Amino acid sequence: MSETRFKTLRDVPLEEYLAPGNPLCAGCGATPVLRMFLKALEGRAVFVNAAGCFTLLHVYPYTPFKSSWMYTAFASAPAGAQGIRDALDILIEKGKIQPEEDIKVVCFTGDGAAYDIGLQSTSGAIERGLDFYYLVYDNEAYSNTGFQKSGATPYAASTATTLPTKLQREGHTGSKKDLFEIWRSHKPPYVATIAPSHIVDMLRKIESASKYRGPKLFISFTPCPTGWYHDTSESIRISKLAVECGVWPLKEAIYGEVKHTYTPRVLKPVEEYLKTQGRYKHLFHPQRQEHVIKAIQENIYQYWRRVAETEKLDIIIPSV
Amino acid sequence: MRDVKTVTSNVSAVEMMRVEMLTGNVAAAWAARLADVDYIPAYPITPQTEIIETLAKWIGEGVMKAKLVQLESEHSMLTAAGTASLTGARVFTATSSQGLFYGFEMLYNISGWRAPLVLVNVSRGVAAPVTLEPDHNDVLAARDSGFLQFHAETCQDVLDLVLLAYRVSEDRRVRLPSIVNMDGFYLSFTREPVHLPSQETVEEFLPPYIPTLPFRASRPVVKGASVLGGHIYTYFKHNIHESMRRAIEVFEEASKHYAELTGRVHEPVEGFKLEDAEYVLVMSNSFTTMGKRAVLRLRERGVPAGLVKIVMYRPFPSAQLAELLKNRKAVAVLDQNISLGMGGIMYQEVAGALYHQRNRPEKLMSVIGGLGGKYISLEEFEYVFNVLQHPEGRDPSTPLFLFRKDELEGVRKALGLAGLGGG
Repeated sequence: MSETRFKTLRDVPLEEYLAPGNPLCAGCGATPVLRMFLKALEGRAVFVNAAGCFTLLHVYPYTPFKSSWMYTAFASAPAGAQGIRDALDILIEKGKIQPEEDIKVVCFTGDGAAYDIGLQSTSGAIERGLDFYYLVYDNEAYSNTGFQKSGATPYAASTATTLPTKLQREGHTGSKKDLFEIWRSHKPPYVATIAPSHIVDMLRKIESASKYRGPKLFISFTPCPTGWYHDTSESIRISKLAVECGVWPLKEAIYGEVKHTYTPRVLKPVEEYLKTQGRYKHLFHPQRQEHVIKAIQENIYQYWRRVAETEKLDIIIPSV
Repeated sequence: MRDVKTVTSNVSAVEMMRVEMLTGNVAAAWAARLADVDYIPAYPITPQTEIIETLAKWIGEGVMKAKLVQLESEHSMLTAAGTASLTGARVFTATSSQGLFYGFEMLYNISGWRAPLVLVNVSRGVAAPVTLEPDHNDVLAARDSGFLQFHAETCQDVLDLVLLAYRVSEDRRVRLPSIVNMDGFYLSFTREPVHLPSQETVEEFLPPYIPTLPFRASRPVVKGASVLGGHIYTYFKHNIHESMRRAIEVFEEASKHYAELTGRVHEPVEGFKLEDAEYVLVMSNSFTTMGKRAVLRLRERGVPAGLVKIVMYRPFPSAQLAELLKNRKAVAVLDQNISLGMGGIMYQEVAGALYHQRNRPEKLMSVIGGLGGKYISLEEFEYVFNVLQHPEGRDPSTPLFLFRKDELEGVRKALGLAGLGGG
């Protein structure tokens, strides 16, 4: 990462590939991420999409896109990417198309596809060493269908299928799958987490990943005003808080070697993050659920203690 | 229409044709090789696996230039097949039964994307109970998906129909995918003499695939975009339906060219001993060969029997079928499938095709047999023709099930051996 063309926000390429006035929700955390990916790849890519919020980015006969797009199906966007990549390779090899016509292949899905229904397809694509990018906009639920719980939903979040009730006061009782580690266990050349609040970090990671042939995987933190219940103007601030509270660690793994790309000096209390969103409101009203908040906090501290030790990080972790 | 020079080269092409003893599976692989396919996404399933093994071997040995990738499921396999086809590759793939069902939603996507690939389905009964031998519930479930469907009687048909399928599918007037169906075991693992056309002949028959707006750096394109509103959805579906209907004449045109090059004629529906036939059996796929033998035996005894084979199942050649069946005394439709709670699937379609025809047959009977590969004996075929001639006392609204007494004995014996028999 020493030689990067992205040092400050001023280095963000000016060329736009995603037009405004598209059908996405106001304040959607994924829009700036997609916009940056398009800039980094200079629009010479086909985005292979699975069912989700962004499926409605293109409603025939309109498109806000200055790049290619392929909608596949819920479970098999990575396989769709495989077909395009393989076809381009063999057609170039057989001399049927010119190498200049080659494009990059990006799988672009939500967490429902990435963590749940499409995990088998992703696993297959990584195992086959498919040369592609996978960008997940992780808004931690099936947002497009009305915010039902997914494999990415964190503990204690309220969703349409994990509503806090008298019998189940904390909301979602399960915990978020660790997709980063699931991917890393497949030993791809590149895995990273990114956040819309940290644009330079994101662009550097795309740049760094582009040096590798094979699966390059990105999980993006994605505030979702309609499911998380926060104001549309709050998305980037919430993203920043997620990083500063240690909820969303920014990291990358090159050939399995994990490195955190941003370390908060002092971890802020997770409460600050939780209180920004309606999906955690039940943890504070009508009564404070101290044990739940404490469990969430302890989980974060545990993670960072482990990281601080292995990566020798200079970070202040309060004791609970 | 064709100039002298071309005809001369055709003659030499016919001369150069090789005959080999091939299983249906290897015949399918040969068709893919001769069609110079670029891409083969694959996933193993009995009884189809020999097709992809054969292709993998050829590619490995360098006698065939294509990319074969083994996916992790049929759902992914069909997805990759579709997107590769949209990228401009000529795509071949194959599956059976459960595999076809596992990837089912992609069938509708592939046709909606107008990706003209060819999928060979090696028919196998659908679980539960799980079995390996053929019937057509698997392939007929795909009848409404927007894939053209061709059903093979012989291993030669498999080869010919795959080549014809590519020509029709890729034709700009059609631009839709095809399924070529062969029966598991009866064709897939049975060797028959197959004429292999020369590479030059196939090249003359099958022009290169020119994709519509493929993914290229020079021109961004959006594919598979969503639609909002039933009017736009209807517009697309009707568009596909019209292209489907056009496929009948495109097939006939292609078939004519194929016949000029190879001497073999394929029609959407084919008649056998129809000249003066009064009693006709309608069926499809490999068991048709047995049906034809029964017809010949009946003819020897002076029964005016005949047979109609349905080769093209989608688009359904209603007019051609009605023409072959007009003025017959009685027709039986043998379904090697069952729409549970209704009866034979093909029977309903034949009935629909005949309804508006003048001089339609007086009687139309539904017969169900060969489920899960159950053998249909000559006696059973003869029984069907016997009922056609003497339908008195039989309720024509219910299907006739072919199931022999000795087969029932077999079931009872098995149950008895397992200690489950009631006697």
